[in-house]
Amino acid sequence: MINKQDKQVLSGTHFWQGDIACAEGAIAAGCRFFAGYPITPASEITEHMAKRLPEVGGIYVQMEDEIASISAVIGASWGGLKAMTATSGPGFSLMQENIGYACMTETPCVIVDIQRVGPSTGQATKAAQGDVMQARWGTHGDHEVIVLSPNSPQEMFDLTIRAFNLSELYRVPVIILADEIIGHMWEKVHVPPPEKIEIYNRKKPSSFSEPVFGGVGETEIPPMPRIGDGYNLLITGSTHDKYGYRKTVDPEVHRKLVTRIVNKIRKNAEKIIDVEIQNIENADIGIVSFGCTSRSVYDAIELAGREGITVGHVRLRTIWPFPEKIVRKLAEKVNFILVPEMNLGQLVYEVERVAGCEAHVKAISKIGGGEMITPEEILSEIKRFLRRRAV
Amino acid sequence: MTNKHFALKFLREEVLPTAFCPGCGNGIVINCFLKALEETGSRDLSNFAFVSGIGCAAWCVSPYFRSDSLHTTHGRPIAFASGLKLARPELNVVVISGDGDLVGIGGNHLIHAARRNIDLFVICINNLNYGMTGGQVGPTTLHGVTTTTTPYGNPEYPFDLVRLVESAGANFVARWTTVHVRQLIRSIKKALKKEGFRFIEVVSQCPTAFGRRIGKPTGIDLMKWFQKQSIHINQAQNVKETEDKIIVGEFADRDRPGFISNIYKIIRLVRENNDKN
Repeated sequence: MINKQDKQVLSGTHFWQGDIACAEGAIAAGCRFFAGYPITPASEITEHMAKRLPEVGGIYVQMEDEIASISAVIGASWGGLKAMTATSGPGFSLMQENIGYACMTETPCVIVDIQRVGPSTGQATKAAQGDVMQARWGTHGDHEVIVLSPNSPQEMFDLTIRAFNLSELYRVPVIILADEIIGHMWEKVHVPPPEKIEIYNRKKPSSFSEPVFGGVGETEIPPMPRIGDGYNLLITGSTHDKYGYRKTVDPEVHRKLVTRIVNKIRKNAEKIIDVEIQNIENADIGIVSFGCTSRSVYDAIELAGREGITVGHVRLRTIWPFPEKIVRKLAEKVNFILVPEMNLGQLVYEVERVAGCEAHVKAISKIGGGEMITPEEILSEIKRFLRRRAV
Repeated sequence: MTNKHFALKFLREEVLPTAFCPGCGNGIVINCFLKALEETGSRDLSNFAFVSGIGCAAWCVSPYFRSDSLHTTHGRPIAFASGLKLARPELNVVVISGDGDLVGIGGNHLIHAARRNIDLFVICINNLNYGMTGGQVGPTTLHGVTTTTTPYGNPEYPFDLVRLVESAGANFVARWTTVHVRQLIRSIKKALKKEGFRFIEVVSQCPTAFGRRIGKPTGIDLMKWFQKQSIHINQAQNVKETEDKIIVGEFADRDRPGFISNIYKIIRLVRENNDKN
């Protein structure tokens, strides 16, 4: 006998695909609206949501394209539901304008990008990590988003819950930047009992006159009412004052609004940032990694250890805001930092910026066919750099 | 003391007067919509949520209507409204926006919302051009007409919006012009009572960006032209495709179940089956 409570959080141990773990994480986090459009390799999320959401009283709708999907998600979020969409590179590109709208209107929502080989249609079924910068800078104008990077089906579940919590807490779109390998990987996923899952819901205003687009300090978040509850909300992607009135020529109103929506993330960055750290203190060489590539790094660290080399590793579960402090600390400890990524260099530039003169930073790039960077390839780069130091 | 205008209770008085050009048709459409509410007994907009896109027509509801309004990105109001309606099915969700927004950049959402028969009421204020950006040719601009981007005449042909939306599957479809105030109010009242997708096109005047380039420089000039060109659907049987007539009237009035009742029926069934198992 399955009761309704059990249907929302499927507590127990499962053998799940990453995409399915993501969908289940969303439902466990309270997501009750999903709008999507089929795309490889994210379709399994959409299919699973279509089956599961009605079971928990949620709404699944397949829209006519990805632009409509993100639009419907934002509309539903203002209707009071936790809402998500899932896509891959081409669809993610189509969503960018409205991701900016969600930033500007401070609309909580979760966007999953299961990365595949690009640009354009590229290699639709093959893994890549080429959307790091699109996730950060895809929409125009000054803005901040939060981008999380899972490296296992377990983290597809855990980080999707965290994505909803961060999005509700900071009133900001949160992007889950996974990849085809993690999305299609089957592994053990542990789902805790509901009472062990921490859930955060958006703060409601205490009165009808409370401003919902400002009127708070730089690290605070204004409350968010729902459409239809008597607030006479003015929601607009144009520059607006704290009550939502359009102010499209006033420089001060624009500075105030955009500085606040940027600083609410920047000044809370240390609370948002989440990294996994290995061996930093006594490292001979450093690695900064994320997503599927980090799984090869684990093996490379072990292989290097057998040869007496200690590799310091910072694995980013939060890519944006970029974990500057810990990467700088790594740079202070080592002379070389390697950045393996399945693109021709994206995260490496951020590591370089933060490392400054403290360490020499080098990308290990590999693209095409969804071929992972192997532990052996990482090991050989490690040895090559350490030899350079010896000379 | 005189009585206040009936519409003021529905409007944010503090932002009046509107930013619309002298002679613009937006005010007539606002007046007709609010008159329809007044005549059906509404005293405020608390059961409504309004959604609009980008362009002059999108400003009718944001910021002037004293209600919730979602002023979205260009072309997307119907998609935003779909998500909102699904999340809050008890609200009357109304989209008021322009032809460039709903049919140009947003045309895909329009036909799919009509096909889905989602419970939205869409009023498309068709001013025959892109007014806000300075009078460029649009998907509704008549063939041969001079605009800022068709300086030698428009080589394209306009969409017939009502036939497009009707064939896509909407429950209710009508077209009037800003001259047909009483008929428009009647159709709005009818549309408000129905479920499913409801669409009214209102052909409207843009003297500033459009009229003055085609020798009709005032709102009155354009309205006189609309009156002359209009022909009711019942009398339009013999009108040739090539004639520049504006066929007005109600083009569809069906009662297929709306998307909301269909989707909530599925949710109910799935949950009942789960409880049984």
